[in-house]
Amino acid sequence: MRVLAVVLSSPSNSAWAEVVGAGRAAVQVADGALEVAVLGPEEEVAQEMAREAWRGGAERIWLATDPVLQDLSSDRYVAALTEVARAVQPTVLLLRADPMGAELGPRVAWRLQAASITDVVGVRRDPEGSLLWIRPMYGGKALAAVRSHRPVTVVTVRPRAFSAQPVRSGDPGPEGIRTVPLDEAVRIVPRIRVLEHRRQETTGPRLEEARVVVGGGRGIGGEEGFRVLEELARLMGGTVGASRAAVDAGWAPGHLQIGQTGKKIAPELYLAVGISGASQHLAGVSGARHIVAINTDPEAPIFKAAEVGVVEDWREIVPRLVERLKERKRADP
Amino acid sequence: MRIVVCVKQVLDPELPAEEFAVDRAARRPAVENPRLVMSTFDEIALEVALQLREAAGEASVVALNLGGRSADEVLRKALAMGAQESLRVDASSLEEPDGVQTAAALAAALRGHLWPVDVVVCGRQAADTDAGQVGPLLAEMLGFPVVTNVLRARPGAPGALHVERETEEGTEVVEVQLPVLLTVTNAECNVPRMPRVRDIMAAQRKTVPTVGVGDLPPEAASPWTTLVELDLPRVEGRCQMIEGETVEAKVEALLAELERLKVV
Repeated sequence: MRVLAVVLSSPSNSAWAEVVGAGRAAVQVADGALEVAVLGPEEEVAQEMAREAWRGGAERIWLATDPVLQDLSSDRYVAALTEVARAVQPTVLLLRADPMGAELGPRVAWRLQAASITDVVGVRRDPEGSLLWIRPMYGGKALAAVRSHRPVTVVTVRPRAFSAQPVRSGDPGPEGIRTVPLDEAVRIVPRIRVLEHRRQETTGPRLEEARVVVGGGRGIGGEEGFRVLEELARLMGGTVGASRAAVDAGWAPGHLQIGQTGKKIAPELYLAVGISGASQHLAGVSGARHIVAINTDPEAPIFKAAEVGVVEDWREIVPRLVERLKERKRADP
Repeated sequence: MRIVVCVKQVLDPELPAEEFAVDRAARRPAVENPRLVMSTFDEIALEVALQLREAAGEASVVALNLGGRSADEVLRKALAMGAQESLRVDASSLEEPDGVQTAAALAAALRGHLWPVDVVVCGRQAADTDAGQVGPLLAEMLGFPVVTNVLRARPGAPGALHVERETEEGTEVVEVQLPVLLTVTNAECNVPRMPRVRDIMAAQRKTVPTVGVGDLPPEAASPWTTLVELDLPRVEGRCQMIEGETVEAKVEALLAELERLKVV
């Protein structure tokens, strides 16, 4: 079995560790070799990612770079990745299920006539020796094990579900790195032309990438309450999210909505404040490592999902918590 | 302009987790009197399609479903919301269609019964499988460009659309030539409209045409992936409640827990 983990290079991206982690998990349960492909516009950046991936345990690195990949056209990336897969001939192709990867996975799968399995959070082997890919369904209310029946399978892995630490130091050397020429493959005219970018003014990290997310719900009671949550999130190096009820009430913008119809998050800590924990909301936080909840209602479903709970009005707890964290910062800047 | 929206019937995603159970042998949910609804993102896809039609003037919206007889209900809902036509592809000949089979069956229905099509609109993902792959697969099968995570679409130059989509940094506006496939995500600008009672009544009287799946191409004759196990996630379910005589004591205890979790 040859597993090829795909990294779309960008200078500030630690995503390599996630796909390499998923790849290592796969080759551990079913014997095989882990290789990594780095795609992107700049060879130097890709070389740097290649070193990271090699230190993370990849046995061979494939570089596929071309300046036209600068524009993040998914048509070009689909063409590039299809080219790489045809050159490397992997059994399993792993991608990160971020917005780009979620589109590339099924599209490349069809071009390779490979099976497509998305949003995977785990991998096991069944008694017959085939790989089973574990993925949440029904908004996280169920976990499914899925088997592929094709010689090649394209798998997208949920962001932050896997990780990898470096397992060695040094460099892959010239033997460890190969190049896939892309020339003709990516010289296509993208069918989608970007007319205008609108950057969202955000404070702190993006919801999907944040290590700490402070979520506010109906119990927050108004827009000004979210200012207090923002301050707490900032002190914890995190960002603010909201339940659908809070968004519907107009207290928080729609792009901060967490849940089945909003963002799926996977932080180290999800601090749920004034959130009852409706099923569709929990669907968005099932990837959180730790959930801590503050709610006045001891029967709120959020406490069933949380590992630490405080039954109290958030207005009594959060401002004091903000003060205590500020004190600590002053004492130990 | 002909716009086709793919709508799926799913188990109501609002069902609380404590009422959700699975039949492990059958590998499917076991819910008493399950409430079946139009998949959340498909409702939003329909809203985006209806807004596009309103902006384009000369356009028709067709709701397309792959499902059993009970799915006529979601097609009637689509009609009540404003779709002019509907078509159900009867899925009874497919045992447990995977994403590839679903997309292949939809592609065959589009080509066989609704061609030519200018815009196909799909939800970002189905609210039951959460897979998000039928849209991109269908685009590849049809040879259409795909714009993902769409918030709204408006007519552009003749034969083109202007599409606003969500990106990792915010939003962008793109131009794309027809025909095109859009996958839709939610935003303030595309909250699904509530059908009027009169339209609901009228939709009940309409017949929903049904066609068979027909012969799928050989590569999609059998599923490429199968669900071999379905289980409930193991929930720790042991929430440690923070006690304290005063709110100050509770805050101190909470702070200690946050330190234990290494997040402060």
